[in-house]
Amino acid sequence: MFKSLATPEFLAKIDTEKCIRCKRCIQNCGWGVYSWGGNNVLIDTFKCVKCLRCYHYCPEEAITIEDNPVRYRNNANWGFYNIRNIKKQAETGGILLTGMGSDMPYPVLFDSLLIDACQVTNPSIDPLREPMELRTYLGKKPARLEFEKGPDGKSKLKTKMPPQIKLDLPFIFAPMSYGSISLNAQKTLAIAAKELGIVMNTGEGGLHEEIYPYRSNIIVQVASGRFGVNPDYLNAGVAVEIKIGQGAKPGIGGHLPGEKIPLDIAKTRMIPVGTDALSPAPQHDIYSIEDLRQLIYAIKEATNYTKPVSVKIAAVHNVAAIASGIVRAGADIVYIDGFRGGTGAAPSTIRDHLGIPIEHAIAAVDERLRQEGIRNEASIIAAGGIRSSADAAKAIALGADACAIGTAALITMGCTVCGKCYTGNCSWGITTQRPELTVRLDPEIFAERLINLIHAWTHELKEILGALGINAVESLRGSRERLRGVGMDAQTLDILGIKPAGR
Amino acid sequence: MSYDFQKDISGCGLVGIINKDGKRIDGSYIKKSLCLMNDRGNGLGAGYAAYGIYPKYKDLYAFHIMYDEPSAKTIAEEYLKINYHIEKKEEMPTAPVEGITIHPILWRYFVKPLAQKAEREMADLSDDDFVVRTVMKINSEIDGAYIFSSGKNMGAFKGVGMPSAIAGFFRLEEYEGYIWTGHTRFPTNTPGWWGGAHPFTLLDWSIVHNGEISSYGINKRYLEMYGYKLTLLTDTEVVAYLFDLLVRRHGLDIPTACTALAAPFWKNIDDMDGDKRDAMTAIRMVYGSALMNGPFSILFGHSKGLVGLNDRIKLRPLVAAIKGKTVYMASEESSIREICPSPDKVWAPRAGEPVIAELEA
Repeated sequence: MFKSLATPEFLAKIDTEKCIRCKRCIQNCGWGVYSWGGNNVLIDTFKCVKCLRCYHYCPEEAITIEDNPVRYRNNANWGFYNIRNIKKQAETGGILLTGMGSDMPYPVLFDSLLIDACQVTNPSIDPLREPMELRTYLGKKPARLEFEKGPDGKSKLKTKMPPQIKLDLPFIFAPMSYGSISLNAQKTLAIAAKELGIVMNTGEGGLHEEIYPYRSNIIVQVASGRFGVNPDYLNAGVAVEIKIGQGAKPGIGGHLPGEKIPLDIAKTRMIPVGTDALSPAPQHDIYSIEDLRQLIYAIKEATNYTKPVSVKIAAVHNVAAIASGIVRAGADIVYIDGFRGGTGAAPSTIRDHLGIPIEHAIAAVDERLRQEGIRNEASIIAAGGIRSSADAAKAIALGADACAIGTAALITMGCTVCGKCYTGNCSWGITTQRPELTVRLDPEIFAERLINLIHAWTHELKEILGALGINAVESLRGSRERLRGVGMDAQTLDILGIKPAGR
Repeated sequence: MSYDFQKDISGCGLVGIINKDGKRIDGSYIKKSLCLMNDRGNGLGAGYAAYGIYPKYKDLYAFHIMYDEPSAKTIAEEYLKINYHIEKKEEMPTAPVEGITIHPILWRYFVKPLAQKAEREMADLSDDDFVVRTVMKINSEIDGAYIFSSGKNMGAFKGVGMPSAIAGFFRLEEYEGYIWTGHTRFPTNTPGWWGGAHPFTLLDWSIVHNGEISSYGINKRYLEMYGYKLTLLTDTEVVAYLFDLLVRRHGLDIPTACTALAAPFWKNIDDMDGDKRDAMTAIRMVYGSALMNGPFSILFGHSKGLVGLNDRIKLRPLVAAIKGKTVYMASEESSIREICPSPDKVWAPRAGEPVIAELEA
């Protein structure tokens, strides 16, 4: 076979002095990097993705994974990946695929935003001693409330509140379908969501029967493939989400190849075993905003107006006007996915070059909805690049009601953001359906780690609120006065609606 | 560019008196009480509001306007002439006092919006809505003109100076009212501007306020969604407009509005019984952006009563007292005892629990 001229990215090395020939690396690597040579472990370093499974499971710390020092000749214009990608495409003639969010060095505005704190004129609040409230309700809110006098002469609420999703924390887990991730990974999310009083999202792969017990912590998704959608499914969770787009691949559909459709996934998706699961780029019954309105109301009819309907879109240039249209079309929640958001599989050209960052998108959408006087009509979820509690606090201050956590949740399960989710070989058992790999991910154990992470972020968020001198998250939401920009140009400050540091 | 502003920060002392039987008293009492708290201010702002002071014109809106220069007066009066019937206009009576050397040009007008004129034709607005629009317009669009009082049978008197100087300057002992509020100010970041002193008023709402609202940013943006223009950049302005929105425009009663502005904690709401819990949950959902978070004590006056309110964890002082038909509220008990040495009852209201005193029918 012709040896690939695309140089390996990583060098897997085993210290033969330390190696005890236990073969755990061979067993653990989902990529087939290691094999047994009779006397020692053989390494096919071309296959290594640096997911570090072998490194962590080597009992002797004999393994190191290094970035390959062999690079093409230095060139400020033709970088390593420019050249390597061309070589790969010359060999395959195909679209280059990738997983996870973009790794390109676009500026991350979260890292240029700083949060205010109280000194003297207003007191900070100590979250260890005072209540600090993070409860969040997602859904349409009436602009005003009406009360009436009851027969007992007491004032009673007259306004009927639209359905809401109650969250104990302003976080939700981002949609990740069964198929793109393993059932164990979905179970991990479901267990954690229930324990934390938040919600997970099925993604577009339908709802596996083993997840049904967590239905009060689940949003079910309807995407262009309509996998697993039926009346029971629509009514199974606390809300229904229509997926129009995804930040990592705006305007692009999905393709789960037939070899990844075993019986269980086929049943959940309601398609024959071994057929390709194709999600068309657009939803073929939505070619316009009025079509979206019809689907929103079809779902509301099917759920008897008991569940909020969310619409998920990718953050694109015109996101503010699009979001406004979605709200006017009747959506109760607008889920906005920034271009740095994760994916199980996307063409890297699309992932790295289409869309806009979540920071700009949230700011633009929140401001537009306020200008139009309809901000109360829908909640906004910020997704795509929330890496820490600080990012979440900044997104909320820019105007989000809640933040979606996808990649960070997977990292608690072992993910190292190697970006090879699309291969189905995930050695951590997350983005694979190979039973010998998925069995590694014990939902009970990993749910605990995920809960730990969200607890940690919750504590941090409370510290931030306390420093800001506020004790309820609604006082942070959209409060851009508490943000300042460092090193931003005037126009970016204007888009974010914030002042530069020092003002 | 509504985000590019410099917010005004200040600490303060406040006091309020209401005679529930409607008995009118002159301005010397409130002045005496407020002057006891001179160390809570720094001379960069003091003011008073009084209700019942213009019985002769009680059906007309009393505009108190300050002008930086005569040209601003010309422009503002041009606008008023087109849109209002002006029953009477006069320079505000003042007296020279020590400590006040420079002051704006101060006029007052007793007016009524014309029924079918000019801007009125553009929208079907009630008199109150039209007056609010006028206040927003003149304050934000006419440079150097500022309406600091716009209610009926009430008025605000405020400026840069210590409480005694401001009271003397405006000759408050010549006015008689059944509700009085007073305020002395300790701004930390603004040179004294007469308009920046408290009380802040809109129609017959008046607010005196001690504290810094840490949720100012979102409160401001929430109000802007309903067409309010926040020109003063003070927390106090936010308080006044929030009351205006919730009580006048949304029709909430005052206790309900208070629970939106200083909301109970979820743990307490969850323990409430059915209807009450549902109502409180809805209030927090719908009016979350109106929640005033951070330290404050405020006195909110209106033609029929006086309300004292603390933030939800009581980060600023507020004391109340009753003597006969009179209710007192103040930052410090000492300032109440200065004018009412032996009240029937004195208490410190709990966090977020409003003290509501209303005129007897």
